[in-house]
Amino acid sequence: MARMKFLCDADRCIECNACVTACKNEHDVPWGINRRRVVTINDGKPGEKSISMACMHCTDAPCQAVCPVNCFYTTADGVVLHSKDLCIGCGYCFYACPFGAPQYPRVGNFGSRGKMDKCTYCAGGPEADGSKEEYAKYGANRLAEGKLPLCAEMCSTKSLLAGDGEIIAQIYKERVLKRGYGSGAWGWKTADHETIAS
Amino acid sequence: MTVLLAKFRVIVGALTLLVMALCAQPVSAQQPTSVDPQASAVKEEQLFQEMNRISGRCTIPDQKACTIEQPAGRDWRHFHGVTLRWIGGVVIIGILAVLIVFYLWRGMIRIESGRSGRTIVRFNAFERFVHWMTATCFVILALSGLNITFGRPLLLPLIGPESFTAWSQWAKYAHNYLSFPFTLGVILIFLMWIAGNIPNKVDIDWFKRGGGMVGHDHPPAFRFNGGQKAIYWIVVLGGGVVAVSGYVLMFPFYGTDIHSMQIAEVVHAIVAVLFIAAMLGHIYIGTIGMEGAFEAMGSGTVDVNWAKEHHSLWVEEEKARTGANDVRRQPTATPAE
Repeated sequence: MARMKFLCDADRCIECNACVTACKNEHDVPWGINRRRVVTINDGKPGEKSISMACMHCTDAPCQAVCPVNCFYTTADGVVLHSKDLCIGCGYCFYACPFGAPQYPRVGNFGSRGKMDKCTYCAGGPEADGSKEEYAKYGANRLAEGKLPLCAEMCSTKSLLAGDGEIIAQIYKERVLKRGYGSGAWGWKTADHETIAS
Repeated sequence: MTVLLAKFRVIVGALTLLVMALCAQPVSAQQPTSVDPQASAVKEEQLFQEMNRISGRCTIPDQKACTIEQPAGRDWRHFHGVTLRWIGGVVIIGILAVLIVFYLWRGMIRIESGRSGRTIVRFNAFERFVHWMTATCFVILALSGLNITFGRPLLLPLIGPESFTAWSQWAKYAHNYLSFPFTLGVILIFLMWIAGNIPNKVDIDWFKRGGGMVGHDHPPAFRFNGGQKAIYWIVVLGGGVVAVSGYVLMFPFYGTDIHSMQIAEVVHAIVAVLFIAAMLGHIYIGTIGMEGAFEAMGSGTVDVNWAKEHHSLWVEEEKARTGANDVRRQPTATPAE
C-alpha cells in the first residue's frame, strides 16, 4: 500500500498561493480557516525560501496521540483523518501538532473552539465516500476518485508534490541531482522521523 | 596656451578613465561565473538549531499560521500522554491509599469527652454558602478535568465513542463555565478567612505534635489549626494558579503563543492533580475521618466539646468575646439603610 505524503520543493515554490486558493475552493473551507498556507522564511533577504505547509499526515501522529476523545484515525494510505462528530474542540491537537495544521472555527463564547478542521489530503472523513454529509464536513474526497490532492495537482511550478512517499522522494532526488542543489524535504524529519538522503 | 590646456585636460581625462577602469577591474573579477542559489539559502536543520521552530511571513490574518514547524509539540505530547498520567495516577491513587490505610489504622477520630449537647457557631450561612459553592464547582471541575486526561484510556472503552464524546462535550462546557463561580469562591475564601489563616507559632507546635492525628494528643489551635491553614493556602494559591492558567487556556492565543499555551496546560494540569489530592485529604478529615467535623460546614455549629478538643484557643477567644455564654453571638447582618 502506498504511503501518501506531501513534499514541498522549496527551491521551486514561488509563493503564488494557488495551492491555498485551490484548497479553499475545492473544499468550501470556511472563512478564517486555512488548511494550507505558504510561509516565506527570510523574506526579502538573500536565500529566502517559500514553503507550502499543511497537515503532513505524520507517522505516529501527535494529534492522534493527545486527542482526549480519540477522534483521529490513520487510513491504509497513511492519511490522518478525524471525525467531526467525535471532536469536542478542546484544542489539544493544535498544541501537539508540529505543523500548526488543526484549525478551529470560532463559535460560542470566549475563545471556545468549534469542531476542528484540517487538511484531509482530499480524502474526506469517516462518512461514505463522496456523500453529501462527507462533503459538508470535510470537503471533497478526491482520493476516493483516484485523484491526488488538488493543491499539488495544480501547483504551477510543480513545487508541491503529493503521492506515494517513495515515488515523490524519487522525483525530488532526481531534481536535486539534475540541478545540483536542494534544500530538502521540509518537515519530513519532524513528521516521519526520516528524510530524503541527498 | 588654450590649446595646451585643452590637451592637458584630455590627458587628465584619459588618466582618470584609466584609473577608474583599473579600480573597477577587481569588482568584475569577483562576479562568479555561475550563480549558486544555495549559497545563502536557509536550511531546515540550521533553523531548528537556532530557535527550535521555523517561522516566516505569511499573508493570511492568522499569524499563528506563519510558524510552519514547532517540534516542541512532541515534548508537550509526551507530557500529556505519559508524564501527566503518571503524576496524576500516582498522586491521586497514592493519597487514596494513604487515606484508606490511615482510616483502617486510626478509624474515625472521636470526640474523646463525648458530645456536650451544647453547640457553638463555627461558620455562618455566608461562609457555608461560599464553601459549598466553591466545593461543588471544584468537584465538577475536577471530574471534567480528569476526564480530559484519563477519560480516553479508562472511560471511553466502557461507554463507546459517541457517548464519551457527548459526555466530554458537556464536561468541557461545565469546565469552562463553572470556572467563574469557582474563581469567585476562591477570592471570597481568600478574603473572608485570611484573618484566621496567617501562620503563627501555635502552628509550629501543632505540626510538631502531628496535629494530634497520632495518639490522643490535642495540640492547641485557634479558629484554624495548622492543617486547616495549609488547606486554606492550598486553596488560595493552588486555586489562584489553576484559575489563571485556566483562563489562559480558555482564551487561547490572547497575547500568548503556542509555547505559552503548552506551558499553561502543563502548569494547570500539575497543580490541578495536586489540588485534587489535597482536597481528597480535606474531604476525608471533614467527613468519615473525624466525628463532629462535618457539622461545621453542614449546620454551621459544632459541639462545644469538639471545639474544645480541636480548637481550644478559639473557644477561649469566643468565650472572652461572648462572656460566660458558650454560644457565639450570631453575627448580625447590618442592613444597608
